[in-house]
Amino acid sequence: MLDRLKFIPVRLLQSIPVAFGVTIIVFFMVHLLPGNPAVAILGQTATPERVAALSEKLGLNDPLWQQYLLFLKHVVTGDLGNSLTYGRPVKDMVLQAVPVTLTLLFYALLISLIISVPLAGLAASAPGRLRDFGVRVFTLLGQGMPQFWVGIMLILLLAVKVRAFPVGGYGETPLEHIYYLFLPALTLALTMTPTTIRSLRASTINVLGSDYVGTARSKGAAGIFLFRRHVMRNAAIPTVSIIGVNLGYLVGGSLVIEKVFAVPGIGSLMLNSIFTRDFPTIQAVALFVALFVVVVGIVTDVVYTAIDPRVDLSSKERA
Amino acid sequence: MTGPLLSVEDLTIGTRHSGGRTVPIVENVSFDVEPGQRLGIVGESGSGKSLTLRAIAGLLPRGVEVLAGRIEYGGRDLLTMPARQRRALMGPEIAMIFQEPMTALNPVMRVVDQIAEAPRRHLGLSPKEARDLAVTMMTRTGIPDPARRARAYPHELSGGLRQRIMIAMAVSCGPRLLLCDEPTTALDVTVQLQVLRLLERLCDDTGTSLVFVTHDLAVVNQTCSELAVMYAGHIVETGTVAETFRQPRHPYTKALLESAPDFDRPDRELVSIPGFPPNVADRPAGCPFAPRCGYVQPHCLESMPPLEEVAPGREAACFESARLLEVPA
Amino acid sequence: MSATVLTGIRARRRPVRSRALKPWYRNGTLVAGIVIVGLLVLIAVFAPLLAPYDPIKQNLPQALQSPSAAHWLGTDKYGRDILSRLLYGARVDLRVGFLAVLIPFVVGSVLGALAGYFGGWFDAIVMRIVDVFFAFPFYVLVIALVFVLGAGESSIYLAIAAVSWVSYAKIMRGELLVAKKQDYVVAARLGGISNRRTLLRHIGPNVLSQAVIYAMSDIVMDIMAIVTLGYLGLGIAPPTAEWGSMILDGQEFITTQWQQATIPGLAVVVTSLGLSFLGDGLADLLNPERRR
Repeated sequence: MLDRLKFIPVRLLQSIPVAFGVTIIVFFMVHLLPGNPAVAILGQTATPERVAALSEKLGLNDPLWQQYLLFLKHVVTGDLGNSLTYGRPVKDMVLQAVPVTLTLLFYALLISLIISVPLAGLAASAPGRLRDFGVRVFTLLGQGMPQFWVGIMLILLLAVKVRAFPVGGYGETPLEHIYYLFLPALTLALTMTPTTIRSLRASTINVLGSDYVGTARSKGAAGIFLFRRHVMRNAAIPTVSIIGVNLGYLVGGSLVIEKVFAVPGIGSLMLNSIFTRDFPTIQAVALFVALFVVVVGIVTDVVYTAIDPRVDLSSKERA
Repeated sequence: MTGPLLSVEDLTIGTRHSGGRTVPIVENVSFDVEPGQRLGIVGESGSGKSLTLRAIAGLLPRGVEVLAGRIEYGGRDLLTMPARQRRALMGPEIAMIFQEPMTALNPVMRVVDQIAEAPRRHLGLSPKEARDLAVTMMTRTGIPDPARRARAYPHELSGGLRQRIMIAMAVSCGPRLLLCDEPTTALDVTVQLQVLRLLERLCDDTGTSLVFVTHDLAVVNQTCSELAVMYAGHIVETGTVAETFRQPRHPYTKALLESAPDFDRPDRELVSIPGFPPNVADRPAGCPFAPRCGYVQPHCLESMPPLEEVAPGREAACFESARLLEVPA
Repeated sequence: MSATVLTGIRARRRPVRSRALKPWYRNGTLVAGIVIVGLLVLIAVFAPLLAPYDPIKQNLPQALQSPSAAHWLGTDKYGRDILSRLLYGARVDLRVGFLAVLIPFVVGSVLGALAGYFGGWFDAIVMRIVDVFFAFPFYVLVIALVFVLGAGESSIYLAIAAVSWVSYAKIMRGELLVAKKQDYVVAARLGGISNRRTLLRHIGPNVLSQAVIYAMSDIVMDIMAIVTLGYLGLGIAPPTAEWGSMILDGQEFITTQWQQATIPGLAVVVTSLGLSFLGDGLADLLNPERRR
């Protein structure tokens, strides 16, 4: 298997142009603003001296490409400037918020799997028109409901009408984190679940009807053993790439959910900085998010290669 | 052991629908298999031969079930046996080889593990012992360089090797009955012969009985000693391969033999049997072959001819069976 | 073999019933979609006639009333009738949703089609750009762009356009890659038909259906985006009635007037369901051979 993982360095290299593209877009976000970017960052009330000082620091008087290189240098060294609102280094603020969001995301992934796997297995074990219809309706509904509204409805049902969970916030201790993050994670999970169930159900049905399951049965395999040894891995394969894609969307969704539940992750960070026009923070968050998605893509490919021995990504170009 | 190893009696397989209605696909099939015997079941696609095999193995597809009859292995009825007991037979006593080795092998498992699975479960071997046994099996089935090939995945091997893996898997626990569902159909002709010879050798060595389902008469001729011909879900003729080929006693068998290309007489025109086998839902009241039969008489359309002995060791389901003995004018 | 064999054999074949042959009005999903979307459009168009009150006029003494005969859905914190705001909100969300699809559809499809058809360096560049955009989650980029461009309706169009054109490009490129190898295209080119004509007259109509089908689900996504932006306070500026900002206002009073946050969300759900049915039905109609 190790030689099939050889594609990783190649993939990393392929990701570099994409990463560059990301930095270019983020960089240009400043320059899309009309007028002097320094003024945009500091606000209209800034004194000319401060404007001049910032212009100097950002190298705004240099040609554009030099500014871009300066920006890149800052990115690589981790000097992302200071927050205009709080005065603290942006890097610190981002690093503080990132674990919160990551916890939320993986919590959501976990909950989604816990819900999807049994439901998909159930749906796959007895395919029939009514069940198919039910799954389809479930999926359509899931796509039709705004994420944040689902979150608010969950608050209504589980935090207001029935005081089972807090209305929002993050808590202090790790245990409290898990408690406070349950509703937001559940909301995120519910968005992912319809697609996951659909994919898992389809691939499980496929596998159950396959010839090699018949072969396994002819050797006397049945029940849990059959499922674990022969069905699970094969059925999971197509779903892994779907989950990988969804994880990207999930990051975007977590942004909004963090506002609904007042969770102090990078989503909240970004939204707050938008309203206060805290430009360096916005840039940093956008950068981080995009690079995170790229990393998730690579990790998905690695997991995919690890579980499916037929896959060989070292020679194929990405379509 | 006295008595046949496998005894199928009046087996009817079909689908059950709402209102208690049943649609039979295989009807009243009966045959015995003695220890060490090699029985071929011949028929076109749709004749029900695969389903018969699957019923014995307990691998009928969803929706299809045994509607009537008995399947006795070693004197015990498989159909009324508790599921767990029946599963315990699959591997050490009864094993099955499938037609398409690419899809019949688990793509994400190494072949050694797939071969070792049954011995581990049924013979109680440790993982290492089972793997060693698997490699031995691979050697016995003629796989070159088995130690290295053992760690391969199915897609890394050629079709012929995959079928050998299937065979190794099937014989790994030393079964007494081997069920083969067209195991050579998906292979190149040159490889077919090798695989057939392998099967024969293995069965000779261990005295294993063989039930070999195929549509290819040449294969039956090569590998089996007795045969049963199936048409539209019924057995229409049984006998030894040699006698049946020399003198068929059912019009369908005769037509089948005549339509096979004869390489000794390359100038002879290819003859085919006109018409199609009846749709499962459309089976007529009388003999199902009657619409296409060259010997048909009015009474053939009225009732189904029973499978009867027409000569010592020969059975045929045809009212007109005696007429086949006449030399054509 | 005697010649009297073939007496009256006829293979009985059941009549072929393909979904393609089913007329459009028999397609349940399509009809459901048309009905729902049709109703919504009517509501949006006739909102001024249907709404009992002015949606933006404040009436503080009447603030936060529960549903009653006078106000079927109650009032919000400024005393505005929620039902009226709901009806007027349909105008905003539906209009912006439909319009927001147009530019990405055109730009993305054209770029994607050209990339797929001509290939080469143009294709490589376009795909690289597409990859970069795909690296950003939809909402992150839209929010960032709305921030940059300032609040307001045109910013929303621009932001959505800038982000969603990539999906069209990817789809059309895929379609073109397949289509250009088809026999009818090769024949046309061999017959001397120019690239432009081939694209417009021969390939175009065939592959356009895929983009149209995707556009249907894109409208749903755009409405989601607008409503979400409204919730985040980045959408259409208040006091204009818009479902997203209504939900934002409603969340404050979730404990007492929970219908304020719930009802606009239900409106969104119904709208998306209707559009999804329409899209699915259209997909059945346009692609009978390509089952989901």
